[in-house]
Amino acid sequence: MMINKQVNNAEEAIVDIMDGQTIMLGGFGLCGIPENCITALVKKGVTNLTCISNNAGVDDFGIGLMLQQRQVKKMIASYVGENAEFERQLLSGELDVELIPQGTLVFRCMAAGYGMPAIFTPAGIGTEVAIGKEVRNFNGKDYLLETAFNADFAIVKAWKGDTSGNLIFKGTSRNFNTMMAMAGKITIAEVEELVEPGQLDPNQIHVPGVYIHRIFQGSHYEKRIEKKTISK
Amino acid sequence: MLDKEAIAKRIAKEIQHNSYVNLGIGIPTLVANYIPKNIAVCFQSENGLLGMGPFPTEGEVDADLINAGKQTITMLPGAALFDSAMSFGMIHAQKIDLTILGAMEVSENGNIANWKIPGKMVKGMGGAMDLVASAKNIIVAMQHVNKDGESKLLPNCTLPLTGIRCVKKIVTELAVLAVLPEGGFKLLERAPGVSVETIKKATLGKLIIEGEIPEMAFD
Repeated sequence: MMINKQVNNAEEAIVDIMDGQTIMLGGFGLCGIPENCITALVKKGVTNLTCISNNAGVDDFGIGLMLQQRQVKKMIASYVGENAEFERQLLSGELDVELIPQGTLVFRCMAAGYGMPAIFTPAGIGTEVAIGKEVRNFNGKDYLLETAFNADFAIVKAWKGDTSGNLIFKGTSRNFNTMMAMAGKITIAEVEELVEPGQLDPNQIHVPGVYIHRIFQGSHYEKRIEKKTISK
Repeated sequence: MLDKEAIAKRIAKEIQHNSYVNLGIGIPTLVANYIPKNIAVCFQSENGLLGMGPFPTEGEVDADLINAGKQTITMLPGAALFDSAMSFGMIHAQKIDLTILGAMEVSENGNIANWKIPGKMVKGMGGAMDLVASAKNIIVAMQHVNKDGESKLLPNCTLPLTGIRCVKKIVTELAVLAVLPEGGFKLLERAPGVSVETIKKATLGKLIIEGEIPEMAFD
């Protein structure tokens, strides 16, 4: 019998996320974000969270919804330019923010998922990102030592999944989702379509189920487009 | 003086045949519209796509297919999708030949600042720090002076840096300039109708002028 990781819904998947914990949220912009779990986190009202995510959503969607409710104590991200409420909380000092290079963000997830304590990257050398960090020179070039993330939960969103946790993504929604899926101490996956084991082609799996602890089929995906751009 | 489209058009001439190119937000995005027919180029979008195509028609719009500027896009035949780790892996492994990006300031030794104005604007560095730390060739597309008329080509950057000693070339509304390894902005071309004197006035960093400076050619 195949291991079964299915839970009923987002509320059940996030039931033990507590105040003050660190959570990773997959997605790039609004593409591939775990909409159902974000809604459930807002409803649950959990606070003092440290969120690791490439972006912070927009004012009224994605992580922006959690910012509105003041649920986020600290944000670790690479680009937050699309969110006025975020910028306001940041400049007023209400929100603690650590901005890090996008590659560093994903490699620190990767390190966690691959059981590596740290990585070396040239990104940020000579900038304020390097302050206080160990620098090593390899083959004549300087690199920063950056440590693996240590997140209590990772929450990702895939296109398809099976009840044993295998995931398949579509388009550019893979982004941070695969590495975050691998990086969480507990990883929650919400998918647009959940199927039985055997119904996904093993050749096409992007994240094997071993990394996933809970999976459910989400509903009412809005999949909002941030900048709809049409060719003339 | 060049408009944004003309800056993009001039930069397009820098793209080598059979190259992989990453385009930043703003003017760099426009460069894709001016690639000569005989030049094969593959555009990378660092959120996980090689083979980025033009913006979609209304019917082709797909929420799961965006570029790094969060705009909806299409894929060309031969495109490939991947995650952010592989994307920045290929950037750091120098598989991407050319990066074209915008800047707030560039210094005469090739430092670039484009992610933060302390106390005023904090958008974040996104992928820029990774790209400038590893790209083989970096071209900056920007206005020569800021909104207050102050030069953006400086002896030293005053804003927080994105990367050091990395910019190779700059294309502005006034000129094309190379950043020399030993320091200094070497004037290569003038925009049509723009005098060397005008470029001198707009450049605060060390400007190197040797011989006659030709006007940019657009074909």
